[in-house]
Amino acid sequence: MKKILTSLALLGLVVAGTGAIAAEDANNAAAPTHLPINEPKEMDWSFAGPFGTYDKAQLQRGLKVYKEVCSACHSMNLVAFRTLEGLGYSEAQVKTLAAEYTIRDGPNDAGDMFDRPGKPSDYFPSPFPNEEAAAAANGGAAPPDMSLLAKARGVVRGFPRFVFDIFTQYAQGGPDYIHSLLTGYDQTPPAGMVIPEGTYYNPYFLYGVSLKMPKPLSDGQVTYDDGSPQTVDQYSRDVSAFLMWAAEPHLEDRKKTGFRVLVFLLLFGALVYLTKRKVWAGVAH
Amino acid sequence: MSEGHSTYTPKTGIERWFDARMPLPRLVYDSFIAYPVPRNLNYAWTFGGILSIMLVAQILTGIVLAMHYTADSTLAFNSVEKIMRDVNSGWLLRYLHSNGASFFFVAVYIHIFRGLYYGSYKAPRELLWILGCIIYLLMMATGFMGYVLPWGQMSFWGATVITSFFTAIPLVGDWIQQLLLGGFAVDNPTLNRFFALHYLLPFMIAGVVVLHVWALHVVGQSNPTGIEVKSKTDTVAFTPYATIKDAFGMIVFLFFFAYFVFYLPNYLGHPDNYVVANPLKTPPHIVPEWYFLPFYAILRAITFNVGPIDAKLGGVLCMFGAIAMLFLVPWLDTSKVRSAVYRPWYKLFFWLFAANAIFLGWLGSQPAEGSYVFMAQMATLFYFVFFLVALPVLGLIEKPRRLPNSITEAVLEKNKGGGHHPAGATAAPETKG
Repeated sequence: MKKILTSLALLGLVVAGTGAIAAEDANNAAAPTHLPINEPKEMDWSFAGPFGTYDKAQLQRGLKVYKEVCSACHSMNLVAFRTLEGLGYSEAQVKTLAAEYTIRDGPNDAGDMFDRPGKPSDYFPSPFPNEEAAAAANGGAAPPDMSLLAKARGVVRGFPRFVFDIFTQYAQGGPDYIHSLLTGYDQTPPAGMVIPEGTYYNPYFLYGVSLKMPKPLSDGQVTYDDGSPQTVDQYSRDVSAFLMWAAEPHLEDRKKTGFRVLVFLLLFGALVYLTKRKVWAGVAH
Repeated sequence: MSEGHSTYTPKTGIERWFDARMPLPRLVYDSFIAYPVPRNLNYAWTFGGILSIMLVAQILTGIVLAMHYTADSTLAFNSVEKIMRDVNSGWLLRYLHSNGASFFFVAVYIHIFRGLYYGSYKAPRELLWILGCIIYLLMMATGFMGYVLPWGQMSFWGATVITSFFTAIPLVGDWIQQLLLGGFAVDNPTLNRFFALHYLLPFMIAGVVVLHVWALHVVGQSNPTGIEVKSKTDTVAFTPYATIKDAFGMIVFLFFFAYFVFYLPNYLGHPDNYVVANPLKTPPHIVPEWYFLPFYAILRAITFNVGPIDAKLGGVLCMFGAIAMLFLVPWLDTSKVRSAVYRPWYKLFFWLFAANAIFLGWLGSQPAEGSYVFMAQMATLFYFVFFLVALPVLGLIEKPRRLPNSITEAVLEKNKGGGHHPAGATAAPETKG
């Protein structure tokens, strides 16, 4: 058995070695073979780990960034105003917040469409009337809807990190990516790299060396009233956390329930194991 | 299960009344209480029970999800999000169901590998093994179609890629593909028929499971020594011995399952499936669910034409051939000895095969380019060598270790030899070899 294990381990080493060589080939800075050029930076998130919870103040700041910056181009049409109570707002605050938006409704009794102030049961309205309009206004590609963005983006972790991720419970690939992308502008592309016109170099972008979204955030752009630093880095963290909430509003509930389930299974398992020992005690097996 | 061996004696009036009219209590008693199981079964034998509870759990969560899901290409994606956001405990049901599929496959792979290791497929259990292979095929079809239902990018493009395999079949390929899709491309008719079939197949699985259990109860369980049960001392009663051991196995399995459901619910999925399906935008890498990756690697490994068979058809043939190998195992293995415990060379090849299968899975997740293609070709070659060369040849040339005369003797020998092991030691026999 030991021999087999040793030979298996050796085989594993050989295989890993070949893989490493394959990954090394042609690492030319001007024509990167792997995207993104830079891996996302891993940040500390309050919602990470088995006891993670959302930082409500952060989510509220993130919502502010979304409302004042992102929402000019990005829809978020799966998120209803009523769910914003999850950010710590009262029912009345949500009502006021929803009423700031104009919602196209109808048809009314006369058959006409009409505008009315938003209600908590409404969803965030889209900045463009349809996807074609969104694409036309943004150089041919519609800005993605943001409702699920934090779960819809993730850079491949690769071996052996995807194994460690099971134990560290790393599930923050989405927010890490969004934060890195938002703070990844203002870098000079490597000499010789061709950046298509109308696109902006960003080494963290997953689908190319540059993207059509210009740098969206700059220092001091959004006013925070809780004294948090008004920097691009802080804005990016806050809006990434907010988008994680938008994509996974029941995350806290999930982790809390999970802990109870695991504790139950552990205790129940221990009792069943002892019973099993007792039952089998007289039987050699 | 066979009536001849029944030891059931109805004790109450009600039981006697039932027994004379429809002996259901007798069936349950004989199958799940008095049913004799070998006394030396290790924890690898608990996966049959684990698979049954996973099937029941998938059907239950699936039925509730179906109450909230809309199988229409314009509504499907948002209906799943509605479940995730607004349905009471909808997120839990949906994560249980999507991760449940993965853990169903984890369990079935352990179950299959256990069968391969201990030679459980050998006579008289060939039919039992083949019924299991049919369940596995049905599971693959169910899992594939279930993955299409959320109508994300990977759903759509995975369906496009996998159904395109069928066009490789000469003459009738295009016709089969159009029948599967309900049109010329993956669209609303595809989603509708996949939903209908995804709801139907689990019940077909349940039906074949009944046959699988029936066949099992006729031939009896195999065991780590691979020696048939010879006397009453070789066995213990299903209840309480197997029930309590199975229960403990299930709880440990559920612990791992719950860990993923609650802490890493999207770990086994793909981020692209949170983007709504877009027929005009192909994702950079299309990858199937992890449990198909070894077969996906085999499919893509064939990059060359062989005579009249072009690379595409060759890949499809190899992929289906890889699954077909499992059906042939009872006749490919020529060994008189069942268990790898007594077969040193087979044991080595078994572990190489297991490592190779994992390696193929990893290759399936990598782009099919550069040195990955060559590695996939080598791994594919070994996959087939294991079945077509190692299994028949090893059985003829290998000199097995001395077999104990009976299960009881094996158990007593083991307990004498390893006096430091307490009676309840849980380690599987192969780790003590």
